[in-house]
Amino acid sequence: MDSTAQAHAHTFPERAGEYVRIGLILFVLTALEVGAYELAHRPGVPLHDFLQVWLIPVLIVLSAIKFALVALFYMHLKWDGPLLKGIFSFSLFLATFVILALLALFIYQGKFSAMIGPLTGVT
Amino acid sequence: MATSVLDHAGAVGIHAEKTGLWAWITTVDHKKIGILYGASAFIFFLIGGLEALIIRWQLMKPDNNFVTPEFYNQLFTMHGTTMIFLAVMPLSAMFFNFFIPLLIGARDVAFPRLNAFSFWVFLFGGLFLNSSFLFNAAPNGGWFGYANLSSKQYSPGLNMDFWAMGLQILGIASLAAGVNFFVTILNMRAPGMKLIRMPMFVWMSFITQLLVLLSFPVITVALILLMFDRLFGTNFFVPAGGGDTILWQHLFWVFGHPEVYILILPAFGIISEVLPVFSRKPLFGYTAMVFSGCFIAFLGFGVWSHHMFSTGMGPIADSVFSLATMLIAIPTGVKVFNWMGTTWGGSIQMKTPMYFALGFIAMFIMGGLSGVMHSSAPADLQQTDTYFVVAHFHYVLFGGSIFALVSGAYYWWPKMFGHMLDEGLGKVHFWLMLIGFNLTFFPMHIVGLEGMPRRVYTYPAGLGFESLNRLETIGSLILGFSFLVFIFNVIKSALSKVPAPADPWNGATLEWSIPSPPQEFNFPSIPTVHGRDPFWEEKRARGGKLPEPARVSGAGIHLPDPSYWPFLAAVGVLLLFIALMHHDSKFGPAYIFAAVSVLFFSIFNWVFEPFHEG
Amino acid sequence: MDAHALHPATSTGIPNRKLAIWTFIGSECLFFASLISVYLVYRGKSLVGPYPAEIFEIPLVTVGTALLLFSSLFVVLALNGCEQGNRKKFLGWLAMTILCGIFFIGMQVYEFTHFYHEGLTMQKNLFGASFFTLTGFHGTHVTIGVIWLISIFIEGVRGHVPPAKALNFEMSALYWHFVDVVWIVIFPVVYLMNK
Repeated sequence: MDSTAQAHAHTFPERAGEYVRIGLILFVLTALEVGAYELAHRPGVPLHDFLQVWLIPVLIVLSAIKFALVALFYMHLKWDGPLLKGIFSFSLFLATFVILALLALFIYQGKFSAMIGPLTGVT
Repeated sequence: MATSVLDHAGAVGIHAEKTGLWAWITTVDHKKIGILYGASAFIFFLIGGLEALIIRWQLMKPDNNFVTPEFYNQLFTMHGTTMIFLAVMPLSAMFFNFFIPLLIGARDVAFPRLNAFSFWVFLFGGLFLNSSFLFNAAPNGGWFGYANLSSKQYSPGLNMDFWAMGLQILGIASLAAGVNFFVTILNMRAPGMKLIRMPMFVWMSFITQLLVLLSFPVITVALILLMFDRLFGTNFFVPAGGGDTILWQHLFWVFGHPEVYILILPAFGIISEVLPVFSRKPLFGYTAMVFSGCFIAFLGFGVWSHHMFSTGMGPIADSVFSLATMLIAIPTGVKVFNWMGTTWGGSIQMKTPMYFALGFIAMFIMGGLSGVMHSSAPADLQQTDTYFVVAHFHYVLFGGSIFALVSGAYYWWPKMFGHMLDEGLGKVHFWLMLIGFNLTFFPMHIVGLEGMPRRVYTYPAGLGFESLNRLETIGSLILGFSFLVFIFNVIKSALSKVPAPADPWNGATLEWSIPSPPQEFNFPSIPTVHGRDPFWEEKRARGGKLPEPARVSGAGIHLPDPSYWPFLAAVGVLLLFIALMHHDSKFGPAYIFAAVSVLFFSIFNWVFEPFHEG
Repeated sequence: MDAHALHPATSTGIPNRKLAIWTFIGSECLFFASLISVYLVYRGKSLVGPYPAEIFEIPLVTVGTALLLFSSLFVVLALNGCEQGNRKKFLGWLAMTILCGIFFIGMQVYEFTHFYHEGLTMQKNLFGASFFTLTGFHGTHVTIGVIWLISIFIEGVRGHVPPAKALNFEMSALYWHFVDVVWIVIFPVVYLMNK
């Protein structure tokens, strides 16, 4: 870890080309996001039926890719050691967990009781 | 900064001014900041204790009217808030500040000025909260501020504004300190101090910072929403506007449960330092202790809803959170057995810190057992909102955290102040505290199971609560008295000035290798560490006892310069929240603008101040 | 003073301030996670309109999103220039970044004003409350980022950010990227999943 940090501090690689390429990918992915949204909202266009059902998963996948590209390349995590990677991934894991757990708790608040209640005799 | 200090020794002159009020306001020395934390937190602890004694006096007999119901609500709210945020957390912070750099062989924390900022923000937050008493508007909705008790409709006064803003200020202090100590522990270790060689107190503190960093943002958001409801009329927690009061509970406990471990993990760390030294044996199961601490913290984020079984989450959620909660008993059990294993077969030295450490183990086990009882949702439904719960969390927070903090105080006092505390008075303190504590809180298990509800200002005669409540009040007076003994001990020892040697307890860790109290630069030369108990190993290698370390001049050692910008930035934070309280007055926006200006001005001067902190 | 004196050896080899900004970013993840949770929990729970689907202007927000994405590219190019001691590359791209940030804030101010005229306020319904809180706090972060980047720019113009001090700039750049990735989440979750 020590040596990579030192190398990072003393040699300054030219990465402009790589950054611009990532920027173009990000732009295309954003266009895909908006495109998917538009298709899902216009009856009769191709993929409309598919996207009406699958819009949310498609958007989640596209934005996850964008997120990962920015974090890995622009935030240099790709070139950083396990510590910084670990700090960010653990925080993200916990953040995702909290969002999903709260959503689940509110979506199913009381619903499981209604489902299971008759089976257990508990109302 | 630590290892290459000589590089720019000449760049900035060594400051001469070291005493007086100005020196304390501008200090960036982690040891002075630690003492500031300790002194302020102890005063807040006494205020919180006084609130508790008034509560106990009110409950001494049935249908008592010593205090009004309204004041009683303020008392239990402020007692809880004070003890958690203004006493136990900052008392732990005192030990973080004073001892983490010493234990890892560093000259200061990673960001000395940020450290000063944390302290001042904490102090101002504490004063802000307590100033509510002056306006007869102390917070009155419980330390958890449940919606909609905290909503404008049911709490129209300034009371809960003080609470929400006060906690927001304290959160800023905790987050700043969290970043600082996280970086300090990872980055400032002496050569050879690998992570897996760090003293257990440092490990537990490290995990605590992680919990602070990941849980405080959640309460920050919850408090922001509450403030928006109260100040701007949003409906986040107002059912009439579609809001869900349960959301507050979830957000609060997503923070609140990790907070419980923020309170207890430093205590685990202190006990894990004291037991080996007074058993003359290395800590038993070091690696298991590290991993069980990590496991407790990790699980701590997945159990919050066990505080909410009575809200009707349904059997699936109840079962999941019950199981996760029960799992926590495993790593905690690992810790308890390892502490017992540490003393097993040791050459036990019954000094005061050891009394409190052993008291901790016994009391904490009792609190842990009643905790396991709550983890079962059906049992919890019977116990929730009764004195049984009050008994449980006082056994873990007082029997746990406070016993450990007092143990740490007796253990590290000689190092902090350069004189010994009286052993005899210390033991009197221990026995009074142990007896008073159990007399106060053990009967609460019984009255709780018999159905006495929490947070109610009185109870009618004839329900069988009278004699046990009288006993509890007597116990609380003994408990209060035990701290008078402690204060007497502190004063007496300070006057008699029995000088403390550098290593009064035959300690295992680096802080005992330097004079008591340590010199401003801590270590004349940064030590190199070869094992887990570096000072024991050094003493063994050099044939037993070492000569008393000399106080040296420290010429050429560069230390961070004092700075008043952290203090001013903290003033800016305080002004901002005071201005927010007056947001709807005639000059509200002007006040807010002025406060933000002070804050930005201080931060800019802080950033551009010529200063070296790595 | 050489780079080594400015970034003395640390136990992990990572400079203190770089570790600190990452730690802060980790903490901020939970801040925005909480705000996003609140927005999602209250999705579809508003008692009265305006509702998201009838008020969002997707083309406008798409432009804002693109601005923020490009600003992330520009700031990383500026950092690359700063590290290489290429003053023109550093200050040129940094200026572009700041402009993008200001335009994004402008977009948001316009959007908020527009919503206000359409009858959406924080007090109106849960959507208004949670939407303005989430995007407002994101906007506050963008604003702080712009102020931070402007002060770096002024320091850069005065020649105070040589390659050895690139970390001063890198901290603000990391913060800026983080603000961008938060928007990468907000854009689809809030605007595109608006049913």
